[in-house]
Amino acid sequence: MGERQVELEVLRYNPETDREPHFQRYSVACREEWVVLDALNHVKETLDPTLSYRWSCHMAVCGSCGMMVNGEPKLACKTFLRNYHGVIRVEPLRHFPIERDLVTVIDDFVAKLTRVKPYLIPKEPKSVEAGEYRQTPAQLKRYKQFTLCINCMLCYAACPEYGLIPDYLGPAALSLAHRYNQDSRDGGRGERQEELASKEGVWECSFVGACSEVCPEHVDPAAAIQQVKIRSTLDWYQEHLMPWLKK
Amino acid sequence: MESVQSDVAIVGAGGAGLRAAIALAQSDPKLRIALISKVYPMRSHTCAAEGGAAGVIKPDDSLEHHFNDTVGGGDWLCDQDAVDYLVQEAPKELIQLEHWGCPWSREPDGSVAVRPFGGMKKQRTWFAADKSGFHILHTLFQTSLQFASIERFDEYYVTELLVHEGRCAGVVAIEMRSGQMRRFDARALIIAGGGAGRMFPFTTNGAIKTGDGMALAYRAGVALKDMEFVQYHPTGLPSTGTLLTEACRGEGGVLLNKNGRRFLQDYGMGPETPLGKPVFKTMELGPRDRVSQAFWQEQKKGNMMPTQWGDAMLLDMRHLGEKTINERLPLVRDMSISYMGVDPVTDPVPVRPVVHYMMGGIDTDTRAATRLPGLFAAGECACVSINGANRLGSNSLTELLVFGRRAALSALEYVKAGAAPVNEGARAALATAAQGRLRELMQRSGSGETVAGLRKEMMQTMEQNAGIYRTSEGLTEACAKLSELRRRYARIELHDKTNVYNTDLLQALELGSMLDCAEAVTQSALARQESRGAHQRLDFTARDDVKFLRHSLALYAQNEPPRIDYRDVVITRSQPGVRDYSGGGGK
Amino acid sequence: MAEEMNGKPYVRPITSEWIFRHPRYLRYMTREFSCLFIGGYTLLLIAGLKSLSEGRAAYDAFLEALKSPASIVFQVVALAFAAYHSVTWFALTPKALPLQLGEEFVSDGAISGAHYVVWAVLSLGIWVLAGAF
Ligand SMILES: Cc1cc2nc3c(=O)[nH]c(=O)nc-3n(C[C@H](O)[C@H](O)[C@H](O)COP(=O)(O)OP(=O)(O)OC[C@H]3O[C@@H](n4cnc5c(N)ncnc54)[C@H](O)[C@@H]3O)c2cc1C
Repeated sequence: MGERQVELEVLRYNPETDREPHFQRYSVACREEWVVLDALNHVKETLDPTLSYRWSCHMAVCGSCGMMVNGEPKLACKTFLRNYHGVIRVEPLRHFPIERDLVTVIDDFVAKLTRVKPYLIPKEPKSVEAGEYRQTPAQLKRYKQFTLCINCMLCYAACPEYGLIPDYLGPAALSLAHRYNQDSRDGGRGERQEELASKEGVWECSFVGACSEVCPEHVDPAAAIQQVKIRSTLDWYQEHLMPWLKK
Repeated sequence: MESVQSDVAIVGAGGAGLRAAIALAQSDPKLRIALISKVYPMRSHTCAAEGGAAGVIKPDDSLEHHFNDTVGGGDWLCDQDAVDYLVQEAPKELIQLEHWGCPWSREPDGSVAVRPFGGMKKQRTWFAADKSGFHILHTLFQTSLQFASIERFDEYYVTELLVHEGRCAGVVAIEMRSGQMRRFDARALIIAGGGAGRMFPFTTNGAIKTGDGMALAYRAGVALKDMEFVQYHPTGLPSTGTLLTEACRGEGGVLLNKNGRRFLQDYGMGPETPLGKPVFKTMELGPRDRVSQAFWQEQKKGNMMPTQWGDAMLLDMRHLGEKTINERLPLVRDMSISYMGVDPVTDPVPVRPVVHYMMGGIDTDTRAATRLPGLFAAGECACVSINGANRLGSNSLTELLVFGRRAALSALEYVKAGAAPVNEGARAALATAAQGRLRELMQRSGSGETVAGLRKEMMQTMEQNAGIYRTSEGLTEACAKLSELRRRYARIELHDKTNVYNTDLLQALELGSMLDCAEAVTQSALARQESRGAHQRLDFTARDDVKFLRHSLALYAQNEPPRIDYRDVVITRSQPGVRDYSGGGGK
Repeated sequence: MAEEMNGKPYVRPITSEWIFRHPRYLRYMTREFSCLFIGGYTLLLIAGLKSLSEGRAAYDAFLEALKSPASIVFQVVALAFAAYHSVTWFALTPKALPLQLGEEFVSDGAISGAHYVVWAVLSLGIWVLAGAF
């Protein structure tokens, strides 16, 4: 595998010196097998130490390096240069304020995640001495996929609803809530429902499906959201048409 | 300077820091907890751990077995009282995680599944497919969200400890989004800053593992213990250093040289075991130090496969079949295909040893306390020591939990004992001085010394001289080079002089931490004239229990190299013996 | 200098350009847009019902109007959109209605396939009721 000269066009913004963002072009000698993150690191080491971006694991699990590559939300550490020709345009994730260069402000997501109670609310509390809860492989599989979210926020950058309606809880927060709802050990669905079925919850979703298409971990948030919608609808029918079923 | 008041502050929100925070919040809801981290908690490197966490759970296993495996695996440099505490608390911690929702892989009957791991006599590694650390970290992070008393300071970079009259009174940190400094006043401080693998060029460690936590304590006068013990994991992808977990071998994968021979049998780990039927503590389930050393020996003999990234051996998992690989090692398959273009289902994957883990770290006792009153440490940055000269795979995640919690309880005890707080004037003076140092760094110019330049020289030095096998000449050279680099570092110049998210500044500070840690590694390594565990000397090939059955302690000496001191290992019942990995399930 | 800086995080404006950023968004908008035709066709059916209630003559006039070229074009387009709408939704059904049998989930193909089967059976039933056979 050889070297290749890659043209990177990176959106730059420094609130202390700029009024608004602008593109900066870098010509980088890259190895054929590199990912976009390697190219950025090379820029930072050899051409421009002022370029700012987040990264850590380089194995698509820490979720730091989400950015727009040629208009698509991607993890820079898993986006191979070999799949791109011509100028590669790198921008911070859409729909988030730009803190600096490729670094975005993600407070909104963190706050929303906290709101949906993404933790186990045990159905039957148990002491550590009493050992583990039993959970069959089938019960595990029921929610496993939704545990794989790395909070990289590519889904928020892909979701037009989130762009248009910033109050929307969004794909990752909703699917993490659904992850606990689906867990055989959990009994907290009722508590989470207040947020999930609220105006900013699942009903903002019009099922574009972009979140699932861009998810690097194949979590399928769109599926989670539709499943919550169905459960919420059933709840409504039960409450209004069959009130006697309520304990 | 703005200040934040807390009872206990925690530096680091990885596995250890989060576990500590939760333990504090649960022990006393009125406690004010400040959880400070240079990255959002879920970005911490615990997320990268793949294989699993060890804890005795199955009926055929016992705490004694786990103890013996750990102590022998560590070449008897572990403190045995600490190991006892670890193995005894391990199952409780892993069950606790289960109660918090960790999606552990399961047996058909619904009990947790365990897998074999290198150097372990029984199956005791709890796992969540091959993303165990990821699930542990997210379970802890998400669980922590329910405690209002845990106040998080995400993307705050801690630069110094506040130490006054021999007590730790907090830290100062840069708020990365503004570049402003904040003072964190705390009655007790826990450092959980993670490892330092980034001082080497080829490592499984993420960009954030720069030894900051270690350097913070070290500069405040706490010794760095056993720093010469740097673990190489045998199976990293040659292209990127990305780890392929030991679970590949636990599940039955085998290692081949270029002639297709399972060469570990030639290095005291035989006899060869049947394909697909791994035997505990034998062949591919030998400990990491031995396997990595065998690679080096084979390479010297020319038996390794040349690749464009250097020599490699082959990790063959084809016989496991697609179903097992997809179920148990999905990440391994994904990464082999993505970063090497090799599908383990159809082809053996080239791998080579890669810097992975620091056995050494901040000197702590079994209570996770340092010798500096008010300062506690846990996780990879600490050295209790349960890992001795060589950590067994899957003991570290367990250590984070057990000693993360332990640090919390000890800190709480310390706070409750009620030492008088350090006075405001002293704190303010310390913080102002720290701010002054940072300002000086920001404004300095004219030397031409750059972060990238010095970092590269440091990495090369470490790789060449502090690798799997070491010599007196190499280490002497490395020590001299590191002194020089530290001198030049004192003149380093930033390109970026702005405030908001200044990664040039952060990387400069991280480089400072790494240089200090690197010097502690090479100085301790030079002084240890024996071969033990992960520290192998070509000029002192035998273990020397008479002189070196002791922990090394590197003590910071400002501009000078550290002073190296020693402390006896705590031995309660296992006398140093021969590490036997030659079949029969290990005795 | 002071005028040249923003001083805070930069919020990018949202423009309608996103629709053209990736084919998936166009596909989505087409799906949403198809509702208009399905809605239109529903109105047409209501108009038909109304004319039926007004007696034979009105109903015949309605049927006659249906044969006009404009009406035929509308019906063909509406049919195409209805088919597109149904196909895209059926493709999404496995997400909304996953079915777990034992450990494994039923394959996506089987779930959307089942919807096609139900669709076919219902259509057939309506034809039978309408006396098509
Ligand atoms: C690829 C890989 C696979 C592994 N697999 C396994 C395994 O299967 N089993 C096992 O037992 N172990 C495994 N390990 C080892 C284990 O994962 C680590 O030792 C462990 O996760 C370290 O956790 P920690 O909490 O100490 O640190 P980390 O998770 O690294 O967290 C460190 C924290 O400190 C913070 N921090 C650091 N410096 C500063 C600063 N200056 N200011 C503020 N905050 C700071 C960071 O932001 C971060 O939150 C693996 C390691 C790697 C690299």
